[in-house]
Amino acid sequence: MPVEIDIARVAHLARIALTPEELETYSAQLLDILEHAERVQALPTEGVEPTSHPLAMVNGFRPDEIGPCLDPESFLSQAPDTEDSRFRVPRIL
Amino acid sequence: MSDLADLTITEAGKRLRSGDITSVDLLDAVTRRASVTESHLHAFLTLDGEGARASAERADADLAKGTDHGPLHGIPVALKDNMCTIGVETTASSKILKGWKPPYDGTAVARLKAAGAVITGKTNLDEFAMGSSTENSAFGETRNPWSTDHVPGGSSGGSAAAAAVGSAFGSFGSDTGGSVRQPAALCGVVGMKPTYGLVSRYGLIAFASSLDQIGPFSRSVEDSVALLGATAGWDRYDATSIKGPVPNFGGSLTTGVQGLKIGIVKELMGEGIDPQVLAATIAVADKLTDAGAHVVEISMPSTEYALSAYYLIAPAECSANLARFDGVRFGHRSTVEGTTEDMMAHSRAEGFGPEVVRRILLGTYALSAGYYDAFYGQAQKVRTLVRNDFTSAYAQVDVLISPTSPTTAFRIGERAVDPIAMYYSDVCTIPSNLSGDPAISVPIGLDDEGLPIGFQIMAPALGEEVMYQVAAAVERLVEFDQRPALATSEVAPV
Repeated sequence: MPVEIDIARVAHLARIALTPEELETYSAQLLDILEHAERVQALPTEGVEPTSHPLAMVNGFRPDEIGPCLDPESFLSQAPDTEDSRFRVPRIL
Repeated sequence: MSDLADLTITEAGKRLRSGDITSVDLLDAVTRRASVTESHLHAFLTLDGEGARASAERADADLAKGTDHGPLHGIPVALKDNMCTIGVETTASSKILKGWKPPYDGTAVARLKAAGAVITGKTNLDEFAMGSSTENSAFGETRNPWSTDHVPGGSSGGSAAAAAVGSAFGSFGSDTGGSVRQPAALCGVVGMKPTYGLVSRYGLIAFASSLDQIGPFSRSVEDSVALLGATAGWDRYDATSIKGPVPNFGGSLTTGVQGLKIGIVKELMGEGIDPQVLAATIAVADKLTDAGAHVVEISMPSTEYALSAYYLIAPAECSANLARFDGVRFGHRSTVEGTTEDMMAHSRAEGFGPEVVRRILLGTYALSAGYYDAFYGQAQKVRTLVRNDFTSAYAQVDVLISPTSPTTAFRIGERAVDPIAMYYSDVCTIPSNLSGDPAISVPIGLDDEGLPIGFQIMAPALGEEVMYQVAAAVERLVEFDQRPALATSEVAPV
């Protein structure tokens, strides 16, 4: 499979504001890495199930009990901006 | 060795309990050592002198009352700076988290405190644990205690250097693709990655959640058992932590290897492995044979694809995990004018270093529509093949052995410009992360430049007891007792 990267789209999906020069550098580096990654495509994997996780995951249940929670001030004090016990952000649109 | 900072945890514990020394004495010894070595090494990002002294005094008071919290009681240890510590700055070596003080302790941290350990500070790492040299830190690199022109390995390079040089009695790192074992090898200390799910990841800043595990560094195998023991066990706050009894890690430390079947991994004993590392590994395998083990060659053909699969899986998971750093709830916020979305994109661009950006972009690409099956999906199938290789290997042998790192420590800057050369540093360690099995690196000697060589022992899931059994035997067989020249309080600070 020929590798092509629309690097500006990838950077947008990742929400990282990069300059045109940075985009060019990363594009070249990603192509290099993906060339190596293509090795995995050479391996016959027909009928092989994917492994997403080392453990056989099952839902973990616990009793629904009231316990101690973080004091809101403990994390609000670490936020860049807050107002009335809420995280404050710039305009949305 | 007359300096307290050079004692093992076991030796220090004995002297504490005999009343010969106090925890404050131990803290003073590592603080004195750090005051000499830090200007050479930069192993620490934060030294919490005040907090550590309070803990040491409490440990001494408890012991005086007859309350003994176990093997780590009163022992100064250091933590990688991606482990959340309440009220103590935790940055993951990233500008994006500079100044952040977690509102809670991670579970491993809380358990160490409950075990009486004295947390002395937070150690340097490659930003968000992404790297193999500790050069990718936003706050400057860490240097190798054996030669300050060389890297300490990574990503947990600060913790490895601190344990090696005696500015901590033991330390913790996190291992996603070898980030504990590889720096342990390069710094001449013991470093282990537990079975996935044995140590809670709650409060460990996530890199690749299906691979990350917290693991200890120490100057002896016995100390490694004590450090792991204090952190292991089910945690309600980590949905992936293993429920069930914790193995008796140290139950067979003195048993030896008579009758054990040991597989040497063929694919990790050839091309790309430095000849001196290879020779040292073979010499130890021969010693194990002489000690009564049956050492056989085992082929694991998927090994050569594991690295490529890892460098799709880990970035994919990282791109999802690092989405949380958006300048809203914590960390750096850009002052660039615009919408919230602009603020997020600029905060991330300003806050993340190049290796982190590279991996987020790679992961985003590998997960994006049209490429998912070709890259991420295929990598997950390779992960299955790696697991299958381990399963069939462990049907034939008790443990597997290999070098930990293909080379000894490389020079600072040598691989920094070539991401792929850097990635190759993890070729021997990555398979155990993909399979979720435990593995350990034990120092076995020095190369002709005086740089340490590490020997890896891999075991099946929850096979820590047999892994430590072989590690302890190797430790006795090679009697590696050299220390870096910096590990003396006589050296002048620069």
